[in-house]
Amino acid sequence: MRLTDVVAVVGGFPVLAGATLTVERGEIVLLQGPNGAGKTSLLRLCAGLLAVERGTAEVLGHDLSVDRTSVRRHVGLLGHSNGLYADLTVADNVRFWGATVGASQDEVSAAMERMGLAARLAHVRVARLSAGQRRRTALACLVARRAGLWLLDEPHAGLDATGRDELDATLREAAASGATVLVASHELERAGSLATRTVEVAGGQVR
Amino acid sequence: MTTDTRSERRPTSTTFTRWLGAAVLAGLAWLALFGLVLSPNDRVQKTGVRILYIHVPTAWLAYLAFIVTGVCSVGYLWKRSRNLQWDRVAGASAEVGVVFMGITLVTGMLWGKISWGTYWTWDSRLTTTAFLFVTYIGYLAVRDLGGTHHQRARRSAVLALLAVLEVPLVHFSVKWWRPLHQQESVAEGKLNGLMMFTLFVGLVAFTLLYVWLVLHRQRAMAMDDMVADQGLDAALAERREEAVR
Amino acid sequence: MSTWQIARLVAAKDLRVEWRSRVVTNQVLPFAALVMVMFAFALDNDQALTRVAPGLVWLAAMFSLLVLVQRAFAVETADGALDALKVAGVRSSGIFLGKALALAAQLAVLEAVLLVAAILLYRTEVPAGGVGVLLATYVAATAGLAFVGTLYGGLAAGARGRETLLPLLLLPVVAPVLIGATRATEAALGTNDAMPSEGWPWFGLLALFAAVFGAGGALAFGSLIDD
Repeated sequence: MRLTDVVAVVGGFPVLAGATLTVERGEIVLLQGPNGAGKTSLLRLCAGLLAVERGTAEVLGHDLSVDRTSVRRHVGLLGHSNGLYADLTVADNVRFWGATVGASQDEVSAAMERMGLAARLAHVRVARLSAGQRRRTALACLVARRAGLWLLDEPHAGLDATGRDELDATLREAAASGATVLVASHELERAGSLATRTVEVAGGQVR
Repeated sequence: MTTDTRSERRPTSTTFTRWLGAAVLAGLAWLALFGLVLSPNDRVQKTGVRILYIHVPTAWLAYLAFIVTGVCSVGYLWKRSRNLQWDRVAGASAEVGVVFMGITLVTGMLWGKISWGTYWTWDSRLTTTAFLFVTYIGYLAVRDLGGTHHQRARRSAVLALLAVLEVPLVHFSVKWWRPLHQQESVAEGKLNGLMMFTLFVGLVAFTLLYVWLVLHRQRAMAMDDMVADQGLDAALAERREEAVR
Repeated sequence: MSTWQIARLVAAKDLRVEWRSRVVTNQVLPFAALVMVMFAFALDNDQALTRVAPGLVWLAAMFSLLVLVQRAFAVETADGALDALKVAGVRSSGIFLGKALALAAQLAVLEAVLLVAAILLYRTEVPAGGVGVLLATYVAATAGLAFVGTLYGGLAAGARGRETLLPLLLLPVVAPVLIGATRATEAALGTNDAMPSEGWPWFGLLALFAAVFGAGGALAFGSLIDD
C-alpha cells in the first residue's frame, strides 16, 4: 500500500494533513504517536471508511480516491469498538463475521481456538464478557476474515499476558503468509518487538 | 492568501441580480396594485378572491421548485464528475420551495375558511401539498447532517429522488381515499378577465422572486462551502504545526 | 457472496439477536397492546371503536414500526457493527434486504397481535369472505413498511438526533400504507358495510408501494448508509 500526501477530513477538521506512507506485503508496521495524532484515522482511511480529500491512496491495488468500497473485502479492521453483537454468543459472532467472507465452520473454529476462546466461552453472550474477553472475540472475528491487510487499533489494550502472546503469534503468522499488518499502539515495548518497522504519526502526518 | 479573500467584500449579487431584484419589487408592487385595488370583488367569494393572487402563484412555484430540486439531484448523480453546483441549486430551490409551500398552505386555509367555511378539507391536492411540505422539511434536515460537501450532496440527492417516488404514491392514495374534491376555479373560468390578468401578474412577480432567491441562496451556499474549504487550508497548516511542537 | 446469501445471513443474525435478547417480545409487543387499550380510553365509545378498528390497528403498527426500526439499527451502531459491516465489504443491497426481511418477520408477528387485540377488544369480526383480502393486505403492507423502515432507519442510524429525525422522514412516506391498509382492512372486515371486493384495489396500491420501495431501497441504501 502507498499513501501520498493524503488529507482526510472529519467534521471540517483535517484528521490527516498530508500523510505519506509506503508499506510492503509481509511487513508489520507499528504506528506510534500521541493521542489525536491521526493513527486511528490512518487505519480507517486504509479500510476505506474515510474519504480521501486530497492526495492519493493505493491499498492492495485499489485506488481509494476513485473507489473506496472494493478494497474493504480484503481488509480486516479492529477499531476502538469491537463491532460485536452484545446479545449474541461468542460463537455466533465469530461465525457471522467469518460468514461475510465465506469462511467455513472449520476456519471459524480454528479462529476461536487461536484466540483461546475455549469451549467454555463459546456459548456465552458477549454482553456477559469482560473487556479483555470481548477484545479476544473481536480478534477471533478478524482472524476468521483472512484479510490481506490487517489494521489494528490498540489491539493489546485490555488483553492479559497469554492473550498478548496469542495476538503477537497470530500477527506474525499473518505477515509470514503475505499479509500487511498495521498496528497503532502506545505499548511500545510490546508492539516494538513485534514490528518490523516503526513510524511516528504526529499532526496528521507520518514521519 | 487566505487573509486576502477574507477581507475582500464579496456580495452575492451581480448587476443581473440587482436588476432582477428591482424587477421583483416592481412586480410585487404591481401585484399589490392590481390585487388589492384594481381587480373587482368576486360574485361569490367577495373580497376573499384576492388571496388567490398569492396562493396560486406560490403553489405553482413551490411545485416547480421541488421539480428543480429533483432535476438538479439527477444532474448531480448523473455524471461521475459530480459537480457540486447541481447540489447547491437543488438545496436552494428546496429551501425556497418549502417557504413558498408554507405560504401556500396558510393562504389556502384562509381562503378555504372564507369560501368553504372550513380551514381544511381532506382533498387530494391539499393533502399531497401538506405531505410535500413535511417531506422537504425532512430533506432540509438531512442536508444539515454534516460530513463533506460531496457526502451531503450524494445523501440529499438520493433522498430527493426517493421523494419523487413518494409523492405520486401519496397523491394517488389520498385521491382514491377521498375521490370528491373541489374543482380548480381557474380551470372553470369563473375568474373574469381582469382577475385572470392579476393572477398572471402574481405569477410573473413570484417567478422572478423565486429566481432571485435561488440565485442568491445558491451563491451564499457556494460561499459557505468556500469558507469551509479555506478553513480547511488554515486548519491543515495548524494541524501540521502540531507535529513540530 | 451473492446479495441473497448476504440477505439471509443478516436476517438470520437479526432474528437470532431478537431470539436471545427478547427485546421486541418483552417490550415492543406489550407497548403495541397498550396503545390499543389507550385508543379505547381516548375514544370511549364501543360503536366508534368497532368502526375505526382497522385504522387503529395500522396506526398502532406504524408507531411500533418506529420503535422496531430504532431497535434494529441500535443493534448495529451500539458497538460499531455497522462500520464493521461496511469494512466487511458485503453488498449494501444484501444488508438492506436482510434487515428488511428480519424487520418484516417481527412486524408480521406484531401486526397479528394487534389484529387479535382488535377482535378481542373492539368487537370486530373477520367474515369468511374477507380472509383472502385481509391476508394479502397483511403481507403487502408488512413488506412495504419493512422496506421504507429499513431504508430511512439506515439513513438516520449514523446521524445526530436520529431519534427525532427518523419519525420526520418516515411518517410522511408511510402515509400511503396507512391509508391503503386501513381501507383494505375495512373492506375485509366489512366495516361500514364495505364489501371485501372493494379491498383489492387498495391491495394493488400496497403491492406497488412495496415493489417501488423494495427496488428503490436496494439501489439507494448503499448511498444512504455509506458516507
